[in-house]
Amino acid sequence: MSADTLQKQAGPSERNGAVRAASRFFAENGALGGLVILVVALSLMSGSFLTVTNLLNVGVQAAVTAILAFGVTFVITTAGIDLSVGAVAALSAVVCAWSATSEGLPWPLALVVALGVGILCGLVNGALITYGKLPPFIATLAMQGVARGLALVISQGSPIALPNSISHLGDTISSYLPVPVIVMVAMGLVTAFVLARTYSGRAMYAIGGNEEAARLSGIKVTRQKLITYALAGGFAAVAGIVLASRLASATPEAASGYELDAIAAVVIGGASLSGGKGTAFGTFVGALILAMLRNGLNLLSVSSFWQQVVIGVVIALAVLLDTLRRRSTN
Amino acid sequence: MGVPIPPLLAAKGVRKRFGHVQALQDADFTAYAGEVVALIGDNGAGKSTLVNVLSGVMSPDAGEILLEGAPVRFAGPVDAQRRGVETVYQDLSLAPDLDAAANLYLGREIFRGGLLRPLHVLDRPVMRRAAVEAFAELGVALKDVRVPVAALSGGQRQSVAVARAVAFARKVIFMDEPTAALGVVQRARVLDTVRRVRDRGVAVVLISHNMPEVLAVADRVEVLRLGRRVASFAAAGTSIEELVGAMTGSLDQQPDNGEDRR
Repeated sequence: MSADTLQKQAGPSERNGAVRAASRFFAENGALGGLVILVVALSLMSGSFLTVTNLLNVGVQAAVTAILAFGVTFVITTAGIDLSVGAVAALSAVVCAWSATSEGLPWPLALVVALGVGILCGLVNGALITYGKLPPFIATLAMQGVARGLALVISQGSPIALPNSISHLGDTISSYLPVPVIVMVAMGLVTAFVLARTYSGRAMYAIGGNEEAARLSGIKVTRQKLITYALAGGFAAVAGIVLASRLASATPEAASGYELDAIAAVVIGGASLSGGKGTAFGTFVGALILAMLRNGLNLLSVSSFWQQVVIGVVIALAVLLDTLRRRSTN
Repeated sequence: MGVPIPPLLAAKGVRKRFGHVQALQDADFTAYAGEVVALIGDNGAGKSTLVNVLSGVMSPDAGEILLEGAPVRFAGPVDAQRRGVETVYQDLSLAPDLDAAANLYLGREIFRGGLLRPLHVLDRPVMRRAAVEAFAELGVALKDVRVPVAALSGGQRQSVAVARAVAFARKVIFMDEPTAALGVVQRARVLDTVRRVRDRGVAVVLISHNMPEVLAVADRVEVLRLGRRVASFAAAGTSIEELVGAMTGSLDQQPDNGEDRR
């Protein structure tokens, strides 16, 4: 009955509500505006930017960063950080290639083992952070060293060729559907689902916003943090396999520094390093912005030295604008 | 009357020490079903410690807690919640980035059944509808239950925290300074809620520094001083001077005065 009155009050202002919802959508997805501007600017500056081939290329370029970044989104939402995802991606890829070739494992099993390695690395991160009370920065920095080192040990420092069955994951189906892009979209949907629709997602926002409150409310904080880092590790494994299959070989030095790209994508996408915010869509847009910027600067033949400068400036600007916008809305 | 009704929640001889500080020294406390008990005392009298002990946040060093006459040991606040004892914390303990509906059900989410059950998929429509109803029942005006609580006013956040405790409390609610951050209108609304919850047969324990408010809403007042219950008054007919006197120790009263009220 009282709910009825509430709805009646909402009735006349429904159109206002739609406008408010739209403006809220853009306020929450500020990065989307940036992406649109970037697309328009690059298509005006370079004739070859807005072509199907090039956009597919951008998608493939974005895929590995985006998949890593989706995993990191979970972690950053809980106010944590994961510096190990690049190294874990390389380790998983190396384990995949090594177990499928040297150890002769059938390829589906090799994929499962690689995924298991990623999840295990994440669980170790989580255990160090929850039970060991290490700051996430330190725990995952240590894992970065360990994973990278193990990748070098297993591969003895040189790339391992992937069996054909696995490197098909880097293919393009009927010349318009690159598998990495499909995997990226699938992982993005999984991320969106977990964050918005599951208990774990809700726990991540609660922990990132106010960990003590989450604990007092009965959220199982330790278990949920373990799940969070395990997800990041699992996503890193998928990213590593996608990267390796594109190159048809697993390199122990692959994906080094990618963790920073992933974090940048998450932050450009509107997440806050202090936790509680972060969406799959935002991260996706963030990863696309980074990939498009690199692609566009290449098309405009900007030297790779200057590219680094531009990307650094863009990251700073994105976060700066976001902070200003938030301050003005509050 | 024949058999006396046991208090809903009682503490007997509870002790709690932090290092050199004896926060609670044989403290007693009683709350009956369907009453508002105000717990008052000067700063450092042990109010917060007593509430923490009674709501499962801390375990006592000695003494016992009785829930409906039977001794209990809460394993933690969640255990206490499971047994029908809720707390509205002073710092509200909400998740700022989640909306009001999500906060209402935080830690008690309702999941979809069927095949999705093992994935712990949230049943958002059900929770949202129930939340709208719960807020309406409290007279909380929220334009949209989908706005993160960080964007709400202090009073609205307070209402969300109170609504959460009220929605799930079956026996006892502790409210630590629930009106401290509120304006006049919202304060009245929260106190109204307190009375309504009491009328449902729940014991409401109100921790407050505001003496007129205590006398206005409480049925009974228990006074703590130096970690011990020093007085218990029926609120009707008690003056602010008497309360202040008991808090500061200038006026002493038998500790078990109010206990044979029923």
